[in-house]
Amino acid sequence: MKGKEPEKRSILKQKLKVINLGVEIFADDLKRQGVEVISVDWQPPAGGDEELLRLLEKLGA
Amino acid sequence: MKGVSQAAVLMATPLNKRVLTDAGFKGSEVEKAGPDDLIIAIEAANEEALESPVARVEEMLSSRESMKAEEIRPRSLASAVKVMSDANLALISIPGRFAKREAMNALESGLDVFLFSSNVPREDEVELKEAAKARGLLVMGPDCGTSIINGVVLGFGNVVRRGSVGIVSASGTGIQQVSTLLDGEGLGLSHAIGTGGNDLSEKVGGTTTMEGIRLLEEDEDTRVIVLISKPPGPKTSAKILNAASGSNKPVVVNFLGEGDAGASKQVRAVTLEDAARMASGFVNGKRTGAHPFSVSESRVRSLAQSESSEMSKTQRYIRGLYSGGTLCYESQVVLTPLIGEVFSNAPLKPESRIDDATVSRKNACIDMGSEEFVVGRPHPMIDYSLRKNRLLQEARDPETAVVLLDVVLGYGSNEDPAREIRHTIASAKKLAGAGRRYLSVVASIIGTREDPQDLQKQAKELASVGVVLMPSNAQAARFAALVASRGAVGRKLFGNER
Repeated sequence: MKGKEPEKRSILKQKLKVINLGVEIFADDLKRQGVEVISVDWQPPAGGDEELLRLLEKLGA
Repeated sequence: MKGVSQAAVLMATPLNKRVLTDAGFKGSEVEKAGPDDLIIAIEAANEEALESPVARVEEMLSSRESMKAEEIRPRSLASAVKVMSDANLALISIPGRFAKREAMNALESGLDVFLFSSNVPREDEVELKEAAKARGLLVMGPDCGTSIINGVVLGFGNVVRRGSVGIVSASGTGIQQVSTLLDGEGLGLSHAIGTGGNDLSEKVGGTTTMEGIRLLEEDEDTRVIVLISKPPGPKTSAKILNAASGSNKPVVVNFLGEGDAGASKQVRAVTLEDAARMASGFVNGKRTGAHPFSVSESRVRSLAQSESSEMSKTQRYIRGLYSGGTLCYESQVVLTPLIGEVFSNAPLKPESRIDDATVSRKNACIDMGSEEFVVGRPHPMIDYSLRKNRLLQEARDPETAVVLLDVVLGYGSNEDPAREIRHTIASAKKLAGAGRRYLSVVASIIGTREDPQDLQKQAKELASVGVVLMPSNAQAARFAALVASRGAVGRKLFGNER
């Protein structure tokens, strides 16, 4: 398990600061635990149009 | 307000300043204020009369301040990162087909990821996990139900003590059962790292599990590591077992249903309950043997006897209705050697797959959190309605002897499960009674006293409608077998103890 793992700050060593995308209950539960959390008002990209989404991904958007 | 003749709170724009001057608020402070300043102007009869309005304005401003942070709703992950520049984790639960895109964005912003979303294609999972590994980050998921990092519950999880047991688990309810059992013994967790249900598939190859083991090996708070998963494929299993035996810490490997002792520092637990017992053995420095029940044989036998004494001859089968997939699996692991084949929609062996999961057949354990049940509705840990209907359906079936349930508490779960199912359990028992039968309902509560739902309160309410409560899911399954077999499986359960 040793070797060339990249240097990183382990998540286990940090105070969690969370960005929530999706179900709002998870953000609420984190707030109840005193965790700083910010919720993204997430909407499906390209209005959920999969064809358009594929095109956008092709363009690297 | 008493003694206050006029008051105004406004931004110091040129127009507002003129309004104030016209109202009689003059002086250098007003003149010096710029458009970014807020002016609080109060005209009062004396100094004393000023105190109350000033305090009130200050209160409003400070509560406004804290509101502000919660109200900000950025439209994208990128703008969220700008608002919270020291964010370190993204919790993603959007529909699976969009999840990879956002998870990748998160990794590129240097965030670890907890990915609750399911239905993420396996190739996307591999790609995400490789990208995370290259950056020294962790992707917990997709399909990750639970993690507890530094005492913080992500997703579904219980309020458990901090301690020295670290868990890496492909199963959320696996973390919940093991952590609550440890908590019940006064032990606690350092961290629990959920990997997502597919991490140990041959295609993904255990990337997050390996990374989780490495993190816990390096973590000073962790003294014992517990690995939880359904049995992985042979290649991945060998890789994980190899990492476990090479670990600098004791590792309890719980590939559900797979036993046998391994290398010295690595022991194999058959059930989640065994895993908790073995981990506590390492922490306390003394290993304890396995017992089928926490209470004495005579007590269990007499309780089982009283549950089965009024059953009719037709009542022969156990019907497990589960919200936790791994608990459903563990019950099959426990039940099969005792009562033979158990049918399921998530069976131990393909030949035991039930034809129609909506109708039980012989002995059956149904995972009601599986896709066929949850499409378009909340998970059964939150929404009990499907299980309630099913409970009544089983009660009407003259072949049902025991209904076996898991009641999962903690963050994410239903806020008062006992209140939710109490009346249905009472009705189910009445229904059976009307047919001159006695329906036994056996359950285990996965929870702690500190959980928002309060274990003690839940237990009391369930017991009040005649539910037999067992301290673990495995014990609940054993007890159900004892009842349904009218004590016959006692030989297998207690044989070695006599």
